[in-house]
Amino acid sequence: MTSQTSPEATPTPGGLADLVRPDRVHSQLYRDPALFDQEMDKIFDKTWVWVAHASELPEAGSYKTAFVGRHPVIVNRDRQGKINVLLNRCRHRAATVCEARRGKANSYVCPYHGWSYALDGSLRGVPYAEGYEDTLDKSQFPLVALKVDQYQGLIFASLNHDIEPLEDFLGEAKPWIDLFMKQDAGFGVKTAGEHKFRFPGNWKIQLENTTDAYHFPLVHKSFLTSLDDDTEELFDVLNQGGFVQDLGNGHSVMVMIPDLVDLDENLEAPIPERFEALAQELARDYPDDVVRKVVRAVGGTGFNLNLFPNLACSMAFFRVLRPVAVDETEISHIAITMDGGPAAGNRARLRLHEHFQGPMGFGSPDDAEAWARVQRGSAAGSDVWIMLNRGLDAQGVDNRGAGTGDVSAETGMRSAYRMWKRMMTA
Amino acid sequence: MTGQTNTAASSLLDAMSFIWREAELLDRREYPAWLTLWRTEGIYVIPIDPDTEDFDNSLNYVLDNDEMRRARVARLMSAHSMSATAAARTARTVSRFVVVADTAHAMTVRCVQHLVETKRDVQRTYAAEITYDLARGVEGLLIERKVVRLINSTDALGGVAYLF
Ligand code: FES
Ligand SMILES: [Fe+2]
Repeated sequence: MTSQTSPEATPTPGGLADLVRPDRVHSQLYRDPALFDQEMDKIFDKTWVWVAHASELPEAGSYKTAFVGRHPVIVNRDRQGKINVLLNRCRHRAATVCEARRGKANSYVCPYHGWSYALDGSLRGVPYAEGYEDTLDKSQFPLVALKVDQYQGLIFASLNHDIEPLEDFLGEAKPWIDLFMKQDAGFGVKTAGEHKFRFPGNWKIQLENTTDAYHFPLVHKSFLTSLDDDTEELFDVLNQGGFVQDLGNGHSVMVMIPDLVDLDENLEAPIPERFEALAQELARDYPDDVVRKVVRAVGGTGFNLNLFPNLACSMAFFRVLRPVAVDETEISHIAITMDGGPAAGNRARLRLHEHFQGPMGFGSPDDAEAWARVQRGSAAGSDVWIMLNRGLDAQGVDNRGAGTGDVSAETGMRSAYRMWKRMMTA
Repeated sequence: MTGQTNTAASSLLDAMSFIWREAELLDRREYPAWLTLWRTEGIYVIPIDPDTEDFDNSLNYVLDNDEMRRARVARLMSAHSMSATAAARTARTVSRFVVVADTAHAMTVRCVQHLVETKRDVQRTYAAEITYDLARGVEGLLIERKVVRLINSTDALGGVAYLF
């Protein structure tokens, strides 16, 4: 077994299952390359992995390249409007058939020997086919297709063709996705570019962070200081009666600003002072009800929805993680605008995104620094654990639920690790 | 040499001296002094999209007016940002200067910057083409607009707790 030869071989006699306990996980989970390989096989090759938002594929032929775990894939929309997710690997001798990040194509032609594939992956053309003397059955060599499904424009793919339907997998997370999409103010959600960065640390450190309100006032103090007083109060996330809820299957929601859970509510409330100029600009072209909707939604929702294993619908943007190696993770923060919505409103959304997110934002670099420090620190000691017991009572019972608990409870992390354990020991 | 060439040469020399002084201030993290190199109306842009000129309607790494520039400097200098207090050390060189436009009141200069950062035993480089719009005033040059186009702007970067 690989873990026997790994310098940080799993030390616990209980094996893999014992590395995740109800209130703690072993730091091996951040460090063992063999465990990382198993995660790729047993989690990322088995479950639904988010690959795109429908607005990224606006017309027939639109495509983007992405990853499902360690597999490079092409995500496209074909002439029937169907979404295909295909392994980006020529069936002849493995060359990638597409290297652009996104674009439009009618077919994919392998640059090595010229095999060509239709948008659904079927093999159409093989140059100098007579060299195969009729032994090559083209129907046997399409680009390998993944199973694809979508909910509310969120496109997921799976290498596991026996997987449960996407809607069952999302389960209790669905109503929260519905709420999240309301920030389109009725125009439709449209992605608008991304901030992409890497940090030297394990992917689960980022997974934990999206449901970690505990760090916010400390790590993001310099962001908070840069805000006007009203906005700073809005981001006082520990003191607004928020909560964390386990939604099953590793998913969870962390409500930080309860007032901004349902963006269709409170539309008659006075426009906050900091948005008055925006409201006036919008009012030149849009009726009052639209202005109010756009302004209320401009900063996004008041919650982070963590979808196991790689997507979060995080207040005003999509957070996507990609495990690169046991100690390297790539993060994309994808900005959201209103499709065909007011340009002034979309500009305001982009500026808010730039303010916090990305490698030069006022927030993300501090997060990245904290995560890198976690990875480094986890090298110390061979039997020291990562504690996840915040919000458990003396009996070890998680009695936090909607509207009752503490927003800084580690409930969401426990939910994710329960799913991790379920999949890794299956 | 003709008189005209002398003027062009001295104007290029002015721009280079100014840009090198800025580079030194940034490597030394003398941010308050850096702020004085700017016109109040100045715009500091680090775009993501390599082709766009429409920065307002695009997602950028940085799109700072005077207010955001000052807030950014305050953050980088505060003791409350764990990335800024552990910022990488940087050393940058700027060269390949081309004067794109040159009038009595303003000049536009395009150049290339190589920056090496180092932090916790890891060094990495960032290369960028920078376009400066410089205003000529009584007290010399001031930055009207600085656009930093990282050649890897669409790739994943590391956390950056300094300025390009
Ligand atoms: S590897 Fe693609 S055609 Fe040969
Ligand atoms: Fe954070």
